Amino acid sequence: MAETITLSVARYRPEIEPEPAFQDYRVPYRKDWVVLDALNYIKDNLDGSLSFRWSCRMGVCGSCGMMVNGTPKLTCAAFLSDYLPGPIRVEPLQYFPVVRDLVVDISDFLRKLHKVKPWIEREEEKPLAEGEYRQTPEQLDRYKQFSMCINCLLCYAACPIYGLEGSFVGPAAIALAQRYNLDSRDQGSRDRMETLSEQGGMWECTFVGECTKVCPKKVDPAGAIQQYKVATATQWFKSLLMPWGSK
Amino acid sequence: MRKGITPLLWALFSAGGTVAALFYPIHLFLTGVAFPLGWVNPPRHETVLHWLRQPLFKIYFFVLISLPLFHWAHRFRYTLYDGLQIKHLTVLIVVLCYGSALLGTCLAAYTLWSIH
Repeated sequence: MAETITLSVARYRPEIEPEPAFQDYRVPYRKDWVVLDALNYIKDNLDGSLSFRWSCRMGVCGSCGMMVNGTPKLTCAAFLSDYLPGPIRVEPLQYFPVVRDLVVDISDFLRKLHKVKPWIEREEEKPLAEGEYRQTPEQLDRYKQFSMCINCLLCYAACPIYGLEGSFVGPAAIALAQRYNLDSRDQGSRDRMETLSEQGGMWECTFVGECTKVCPKKVDPAGAIQQYKVATATQWFKSLLMPWGSK
Repeated sequence: MRKGITPLLWALFSAGGTVAALFYPIHLFLTGVAFPLGWVNPPRHETVLHWLRQPLFKIYFFVLISLPLFHWAHRFRYTLYDGLQIKHLTVLIVVLCYGSALLGTCLAAYTLWSIH
């Protein structure tokens, strides 16, 4: 079976093209190949100058996210057979500045992620001698879903609000904030709520829901954001009714 | 303003959406389909008026009208922001959207409470 399929790949080499442009490559079509395999075929056999990120090939590292026919996808999980007869359009994740070809600059996300303190915050650490912080399976279940996020940024490329509002902290960062808020060992939820109530925080989200649709790990960031809004609104009413309550 | 009443506006939006999703289909089905097609006998005018004199019915209709108006206001505000990209008119949009909802709420309250 000597069939081929065409990949139309966005190229951007700042020293050559002032603007991104598409370049077509014909690659062998194999039923068990994903878009990432085809890109690696191009890199190895047709054009060694093509740049893209990838690592694990199995949906764990979150580095091979790209726009495939206009939809954010992990290219290691996007089978060529789903895009027959082609051509398949491969572009860098939208809304991010392009560094080169399919490689985007994610520093904006990293900065925002850091802002929500995605780690266990303790007011006071207990002495080592007292042992680890133990959790029941039920306590684990409360946040487990949100902990599956692999920071692949497909949700950012799917979110029209992130495209419109550069200040929006974005789906994954809020879902990860919620992951730690729901962790029985964490005490930083008040801090995070402060941060996420500000301009660019959770209230920018208008519940389009695309983030959840494209998430390859079923994290449901849209659900996390709505939960967060309910919690914050409840807190708001509480502080209105009981202004003397803990600040 | 952002940190101020945003949670309140969102809570009204959220509650309004829930009310609309739960109760509007019933009302639309009854008044739009079942009554005109004669599947169900519509209540007589005097009966409805009698109901509307009961405080519980007044509250029900007030909630049924008011909360979805705030739902609309919030949704329409962001539709204008993001759909038409006119976020720079934010003060005008906010006044227009929530103002209309507030006006509708007052009108509903006045009308319902003046039924004796």
